[in-house]
Amino acid sequence: MRQVTEPPESSSESSAGESAARARRPPAAEPADGRGVGPGTAPAVEGVKPRESHADAAAVFEVENLSVRYAGKLAVRDANFAIDERRITALIGASGCGKSTFIRSLNRMNDLIPSASVEGSVRYHGQDLYASEVDPVQVRKRIGMVFQKPNPFPKSIYDNIAFGPRVLGMKGDMDEMVERALRRGALWEEAKDRLKQNAFGMSGGQQQRLCIARALATDPDVILMDEPASALDPISTGRIEDLMFELKDRVSIVIVTHNMQQAARVSDMTAFFTVVVDDTGHRHGEVVEYNETEKVFTNPSDERTEAYVTGKVG
Amino acid sequence: MSVAEAPVARAVVRGASSGARVREILFPAALLLCIGFAMLTLVVLLVDVAIDGIPVLSVEFLTSFPSQVFPERSGIQSALVGTLLLMVVCAVFIVPVGTATAIYLEEYADRDRWWNRLIEVNIQNLAAVPSIVYGILGLAFLVRGPLELGRVVLAGAFTLGLLVLPVVIIVGREAIRAVPRSIREGSMALGATQWQTIWKQTLPGALPGIATGVILALSRAIGETAPLIVVGAASFARFNPNDLTSDPFSALPIQILAWVQDPQEEFRTLAAGAILVLLALLLVMNAGAIYLRNRYEQKW
Repeated sequence: MRQVTEPPESSSESSAGESAARARRPPAAEPADGRGVGPGTAPAVEGVKPRESHADAAAVFEVENLSVRYAGKLAVRDANFAIDERRITALIGASGCGKSTFIRSLNRMNDLIPSASVEGSVRYHGQDLYASEVDPVQVRKRIGMVFQKPNPFPKSIYDNIAFGPRVLGMKGDMDEMVERALRRGALWEEAKDRLKQNAFGMSGGQQQRLCIARALATDPDVILMDEPASALDPISTGRIEDLMFELKDRVSIVIVTHNMQQAARVSDMTAFFTVVVDDTGHRHGEVVEYNETEKVFTNPSDERTEAYVTGKVG
Repeated sequence: MSVAEAPVARAVVRGASSGARVREILFPAALLLCIGFAMLTLVVLLVDVAIDGIPVLSVEFLTSFPSQVFPERSGIQSALVGTLLLMVVCAVFIVPVGTATAIYLEEYADRDRWWNRLIEVNIQNLAAVPSIVYGILGLAFLVRGPLELGRVVLAGAFTLGLLVLPVVIIVGREAIRAVPRSIREGSMALGATQWQTIWKQTLPGALPGIATGVILALSRAIGETAPLIVVGAASFARFNPNDLTSDPFSALPIQILAWVQDPQEEFRTLAAGAILVLLALLLVMNAGAIYLRNRYEQKW
């Protein structure tokens, strides 16, 4: 199903659109501006290449030449960047540009789609996630995920939280684990008197925080969020954003969002994806720009990023 | 109101021609007539059976064994016990086999493989195979042939099980498919294995649907007569089958058939009573299926 091969050099050379895209990538040696972006961000060290990891934070993911195909059709092409530990990284871009595909390749959720194949490498703390000896189930234990639509299990609130620790065989006082996860998910006050009630009775925003708390219950190192607030009202969205700030001193967060204000508000780093149409008319996604969020929004180095973040396209 | 608007208003009033209005009434009337005819047939049938059968019904009728000589002392105990045993053994057989097959086809089978498609097509076709064919299969492979079970409850129940298994599988697959993908993904994203996801999320979510399918399959099996005749169910069993693997057995449809064919009027009346008992069992099972569906079905 999965092949790890060298990127096809010859084909990338032959494609005119591709070399142009490559030329427009941010210059490799552009210095970081030495100023933190989000709250709690330590100053960046000068001379850091934007494509590489931030000096004050080790990389949790290093993505190299990552291409994902569905049934042979390219969905994401040649993504290269490193995602920092304990920071919030936003993936923005128009619909169909491969953000969700990309984020699902970080915890091997694409394995669940039989036709999906991945080329290139994703290193998680240095370990290649797609190496043959890696068990995708073990990967997902460490890297949690929150989906676009809240997907609580049709069980009680308590059992929703306890499901992860139970299937992982975690030892300890389950009541305590459930309370801790709900507190970290900022849901304890609302849920503590109705732990035995079905989670379907909660509001959409509560359900999504339950899903975040559920992901936190297994104590993951990373949480991937695929448009976690797109189905929620602004108040619920705000609560989830507050929650992300609280979480980021302990977990790394990668968030896909269509909402640029949200990306600007919450993230430290931003990757901008765009749709590229190749010679045959097939559309796939590519990473155009990856940099500190403030730079991406105020001083983008690529005109396509600028057009998108200023609302001219997209 | 200006004059210019008047023709527009009239056009609205006379919008439908009288022909169209007649058709508008005739079509639902025709539909009602069809429903009425179907219902009337059913009601006549039920009333006719009830008139004949109700006087027969009594505790003695349920607890006596059939007699070939005295209709007034004849009962259906052996047939009723035989039918109930058939249903229990059949359920024990079809629940695990049907559920496991449905899980395999929905969760594991790669549809690009020809053998999986072959299995699917076969199951669809098997659901439409006449029941007598299953009876012959049961006779050749279960009663005689390789298994040599003899004319016993086990052979009858397995034959009926094979007959209704496609229904269980098809309904089970639908129930499993109705569990949203997002639930599976949520479970897998937490680090659950595929088996943990199936066992703890998919299957509990699909269980009401699977149970409904099993009950509906059993309600089909309970009335089947032809396969039981072929596998050799007894028309007059004067004792209950105490052993599933060695004693001969009877069943309600077989008993009804035997009585209906009897030249004596008194025995033919007993058939109506047995039909009422069979209908009552059927109604209870279908009511159970409806209850399960309404009470436990998950709204996603």
